[in-house]
Amino acid sequence: MRRIRRIHLLAAAVLVAALSVPTIAISRSDGSSMLTKIGKGEGSLNLIEWPYYSDKSFATAFVKQTGCVIHRKDAGTSNEMVALMRQGGGGGGGQYDLVSASGDASLRLVYGGDIQPVNVKLIPSWNSFLPAFKSPEHNTVKGVHYGVSVQWGPNTLIYNTAKVTPAPKGWNDIYSAKYKGKLTVPNNPIQIADAALYLQQTKPGLGIKDPYELTKDQLAAVVSLLKQQKPLLKRYWNYATDEITSFKNGDVWMGAGWPYQTLQLQAAKAPVKEIVPLPTTGWADTWMLAKQAPHPNCAYLWMKYVTTPAVEAKQALVFGETPVNPKACPYMNKLQKSSCAQYHLNEPASYYSKIKFWKTPVAQCGWKSGNDCMDYNAWQRAWTQVTG
Amino acid sequence: MSVDTRALDQAGPPGRRARLRVSTVFWRRPWLKALSLLTPPVAAFAIVYVGALAVLLISSFWGVDAFTGKLVRHWTLDNFRQIFSFSDPTYLRIAGRTIGIAAAVTITDALLAFPLGYFMARVASPRVRGALFVGVVLPLWSSYLVRIYAWQTILSGGGVLNWSLHGIGLPSAHLAYTNWAMWIVFSYIWLPFMVYPVYASLERIPESYVEASSDLGARGWRTLRSVTLPLALPGVIAGSIFTFSLTLGDYITPLLVGGTGSSFIGNVVYENIGINANVPFAAALASIPVMVMAVYLVVARRLGAFDAL
Repeated sequence: MRRIRRIHLLAAAVLVAALSVPTIAISRSDGSSMLTKIGKGEGSLNLIEWPYYSDKSFATAFVKQTGCVIHRKDAGTSNEMVALMRQGGGGGGGQYDLVSASGDASLRLVYGGDIQPVNVKLIPSWNSFLPAFKSPEHNTVKGVHYGVSVQWGPNTLIYNTAKVTPAPKGWNDIYSAKYKGKLTVPNNPIQIADAALYLQQTKPGLGIKDPYELTKDQLAAVVSLLKQQKPLLKRYWNYATDEITSFKNGDVWMGAGWPYQTLQLQAAKAPVKEIVPLPTTGWADTWMLAKQAPHPNCAYLWMKYVTTPAVEAKQALVFGETPVNPKACPYMNKLQKSSCAQYHLNEPASYYSKIKFWKTPVAQCGWKSGNDCMDYNAWQRAWTQVTG
Repeated sequence: MSVDTRALDQAGPPGRRARLRVSTVFWRRPWLKALSLLTPPVAAFAIVYVGALAVLLISSFWGVDAFTGKLVRHWTLDNFRQIFSFSDPTYLRIAGRTIGIAAAVTITDALLAFPLGYFMARVASPRVRGALFVGVVLPLWSSYLVRIYAWQTILSGGGVLNWSLHGIGLPSAHLAYTNWAMWIVFSYIWLPFMVYPVYASLERIPESYVEASSDLGARGWRTLRSVTLPLALPGVIAGSIFTFSLTLGDYITPLLVGGTGSSFIGNVVYENIGINANVPFAAALASIPVMVMAVYLVVARRLGAFDAL
C-alpha cells in the first residue's frame, strides 16, 4: 500500500468527482397533461401531509371505497414539505402523489416546477367553495389551478389566562415589553408578514399595501421592528408541539400560533385562550398534485373525497381548522354543537378580506408595476439576520 | 517459483480443479489478492466520502435561479462573499457561535472526563470500574432526542432544576432556551465520547513511570503535570475530535433547547435547503465546518492524537 502515492489518491478523487457531477444534472420531464376523467384507482396513494390530514376517522372509508391504500409522510414544517417534494429530482420524485402545501410553500413548489395543474371540473365540491378559496393567489397562477383548497385557519394570539390579565386586545401585545421574556412567535420567514401587517396599521407612512409584497425599504422597516421584538421573546417555536410544551410548563405566557395549539392545550386542561385580532394573517392549505405523481387517479379521487362536506367537517374538527366548503356547516354542528360558528365558517365575505392568507413572496409586485418587491430568498435572508 | 499444474489437473473433479487454479493465481500474485480484497471498501470510501465532499465543494461555487429555485451552474464566489461579509455579519456571527460553543463543550468535557477517566483507570476496583463503564454508556442506550427533550423539561421554568433550587432556598435559574442551555446539553450528550479515549490513554501509562517519578522526588502534583498529563494528552485530543465535530455539525439541540439567537451553521444549512432549495449556498456554509475540522485534525496529528487510536 505504500506505493500508493498522494498523487494517485488525488487522481482518484478527481475522477470520482468528475463521475459524480453529471448525476446531479437533473432532467425534468414536462409531466402528463391534465386528466379529463378520473379513471380507476391505481391501488395506492402517497401523501406528504400535515399530521392528521388523512386521519383514520375519514381515510378508512376512502380506502374501502376506492381501494387506494394510503401511505403517509408527515411533515413538521412547510420547509420539510418543499424539501420532500424536491427529493429524487423534484416533482415528488416519482414517489409522492399529493402534498398538503400551505400558502408559504405552494408558490415555491409551483415556480419550482414540482406541481402539475389540476382539472377542477373533476372536483364537484369546488363549485360550492367559499369564493375566497376557489382561485386564491397562493394556488392559482394566471387562471391555472395548481391544486384544490382544503382547509384554512387564522393565525391567532394565544395567551395564558392565569398570567395575562387583562386579556390581550390585539397584536401590539407581542411587540410591547409588558410580558418581556414570556413571548413566543413562529420560527418561519413568513412571520415577516405578521410584522408587516402590524406596521401597515400602525405606520401608514411606510406605504405597505400588501404584507407579502414588500419593497426593499419596507422590508428593512419590518426587519428593524422584528429585531426590537427579539429581546422580548423567550424563543422562536419550530414545531407546534414546541409551543404547546412551552405554554404547558409556564416558560411562555403569550404567543402567536394556530387554533390547533389552543385546542391541544385546552384538551390538556391548560389555562389557555386565544383571540383572533383582525386584521390578521392566516394560512390556507391546498392539496397539490406532484408533477411526477405515480397514482394520479387515486390522487384525484382523494381531492374529490376530502372536499365533500361531511369529510371537510370531520377533518376540521380533528385538526382544529375551518373548511373551505360552507356546506360542511351542518355536518360540523352535528359532530360538535355550534362548532360551525366557533370556527367562523358562517362569516360574511367581508370577514375573509380581513385575513391575509399566506402566499410566497415573489419579485413581481401585485400592487405596483415592476419587479422590485423582495422575493422569498430575500425574506429568508432577512429572517436569518433577525433570528440567527 | 513454478507450480506443476499437471499435478493439479489430476487433483479431482472439474469444479475443484477450477477453484484450485484461481487460488493458484492469487497465490502467485499476492498483490492481486490484496487488490481484490481492498477494492470494494476503498471504492466505497472514495465514492461515498471523498466524492461527496468533492461535490459539496464544487456546488458551493454555483448559484440558484431566484425565481424557479433551480440550480445554475455558473462559477461564482457570491455564496462565499455573502458568508464572509463584514457589512452583514449574520453568517460570521452564526459560524463564530457554532465554533465557540463547540470549543466550550470540548473543554468542559475534557475537564469532566479527565478525573473520571483517571479514577476508572487507576483508582477504582474492577467492580466499580465495570459499574462506571456501564454508567457512562447507559445514556447512549436511549435516543438522543429523548435525552434532549428530557433536558428541556429539566431546565424549563417549572422544571426539576428550579424545583430543586427552590428546595434549598435559592432563586430560580433562567436557563431554558438560552445558549447556556445548549452548552449544558451538548456537554452532557457528548461526554461519553470523551471519557473513553481519555480512559484508554490513562490506562496505558505504565505504573512504573509513576513510581519512577516519585522515586526521583516528585510529588503527586508534579507527577500529574510532568508524566500523566503529557502521556494522556493524545487521548484527550482524540476525544476532543469527537466532541468538537459532533457539536459543530449538530442542529437539533439548537432547535429544541436554544433560545432567540441560537442558530448553528447546521440550522442555516437546513433552512437554505428546505426553504429556498439553495443547495449551493448551503454547500458553501457547510464547507466552514469542513475547513475548521481540517485545520483541527492537522493540529491534532501534530500533537500525536492518532498514535493513541
